[in-house]
Amino acid sequence: MPPYKSNKRHILPGFGLSMGYTVFYLSAIVIVPLATIVIGAFKMDPQAFIATVTSPRVLASYRLSLSTAVFAALCNAFFGFLAAWTLVRYRFPGRRVLDALVDLPFALPTAVAGICFATLYSPVGWMGQYLEKTGIQIINAPSGIVVALIFIGFPFVVRTLQPVLVELEPEIEESAQSLGATRWQTFRRILLPHLFPALLTGVTLSFARAIGEYGSVIFIAGNLPFKTEIAPLMIMTKLDQFDYDGASSVAFVLLLISFSMLLVLNAVQRWQQKSYR
Amino acid sequence: MQTNTTLQEQRKAPLKRNDPPAVQAILILLTLLFFAIFIFMPLGLVFAEGLRKGVAVYLEAIREPFALSAVKLTLITAAIVVPLNAVFGVTAAWAISKFSFKGKTLLVSLLDLPFAVSPVIAGLIFVLLLGTRTGFGSWLGDHGIKIIFSTPGIVIATLFVTFPFVARELIPLMEAQGREEEEAAITLGARGWQVFSRITLPNIRWGLMYGMILCMARSIGEFGAVSVVSGHIRGMTNTIPLHVEILYSEYNYTASFAVSTILVFLALVTIAIKSLMEKNVHNHQPTQH
Repeated sequence: MPPYKSNKRHILPGFGLSMGYTVFYLSAIVIVPLATIVIGAFKMDPQAFIATVTSPRVLASYRLSLSTAVFAALCNAFFGFLAAWTLVRYRFPGRRVLDALVDLPFALPTAVAGICFATLYSPVGWMGQYLEKTGIQIINAPSGIVVALIFIGFPFVVRTLQPVLVELEPEIEESAQSLGATRWQTFRRILLPHLFPALLTGVTLSFARAIGEYGSVIFIAGNLPFKTEIAPLMIMTKLDQFDYDGASSVAFVLLLISFSMLLVLNAVQRWQQKSYR
Repeated sequence: MQTNTTLQEQRKAPLKRNDPPAVQAILILLTLLFFAIFIFMPLGLVFAEGLRKGVAVYLEAIREPFALSAVKLTLITAAIVVPLNAVFGVTAAWAISKFSFKGKTLLVSLLDLPFAVSPVIAGLIFVLLLGTRTGFGSWLGDHGIKIIFSTPGIVIATLFVTFPFVARELIPLMEAQGREEEEAAITLGARGWQVFSRITLPNIRWGLMYGMILCMARSIGEFGAVSVVSGHIRGMTNTIPLHVEILYSEYNYTASFAVSTILVFLALVTIAIKSLMEKNVHNHQPTQH
């Protein structure tokens, strides 16, 4: 299209084409398929839907997924902060390698992570044999799920905190210290509040990821009904029994949880951006 | 996922606000402990278990026909998925970063949607949509097109889970670069395609490659979504991660970990390329403007 024909707002060509293709591809791959679950849930007999999602076994799976995800996210708040802090502020041999390896949970297929943790914490595994003696049960227990979810969520916290820690202006700390604040006071009163929005973003991201996680969890969890059966596995179980309506009911509620997390995340991110402006 | 920070740090002078050495030592030790338990131990375990029965058994597990067909299917899937999502990513980033329109924020958050969906649900929606249970699925079946429990199903589910990678990498990059260069070229009489291939593409090539690598890593490693749609037919619809799972559930641990070493190796290569590229992105950015 010759430039003189385009309107003032769009000097560059290709808006119609690129926008059209974007909307088409987005609808074909994401929107329409996701809508089938929502439409399916509304078409279903409401009583059957409610009976499925409030059955004790399904409720137990939601409870387990949420509680392990919360617990793992809280652990990651600590470990993620620790790792981000050491990697940004301190200089020690191997720092570069550690920094790169933070991304391992993103890059490693979840199934591999799953069989690794299941083997490590089995009664004869590298970790399991010692934990066995102390009576701490990791494999086939909710704590095992938490271990897998910590692994999965860890990079989210580190990667959200790192840029903020780097951008932190030295003047903030220096002025606090020149006014007589101790190192700990500076950290508690100045640094932590400043870093908190980013920390919260990272923790929410890792939580959102953990709720839906499947591959890394199922091997270590043992998948005992009512005890270590996570919600995504519940969907899988129903599918294996060809209970499509049941599977979509469980999935619909899980989607609702994930999407509300997305809204929370958006709010948190907006707050984060505001507080760093 | 995030831009790297190491280079920015290095430009700054040595930090004056350092913690006492004792605190530093304790925190570094704690970090190392965490990495030892959560990163190095799993990595070491894969190789230790895979090689436990010797190199011969290890090689046998990798060269076995089912393993090879899993590798082949995984590569075919990645070869279809990565270009499709890359083309989409570039197109979407062009529309979003070079023009202003209503509903842009909504569109951008919709692009991220697949990241919020559990992989199992990602598989489920395609079973519901394209399986023989629905009208559309059975119509396809009548015409001899099998999607679910077959390669196309695996490809579509993988398209879904890796959908945002390239777009989300390119949108911030292209927004930061602005549209002045392209607009200048247009004013000087360049055609749309020339502008794109001579100006935009060279400007975004690192980001594009980086997004494609992330997309490829995920499409090779995807487990949950693929597991739902594949039907686990050995030698037919098994990707590498599914093959690992089957071997593991058959108590064939050595073979399972042996095949896993391929995936670990790919993951480590991905990470290495990622850190190298981030260096490149940072080195090139100042010269771009």
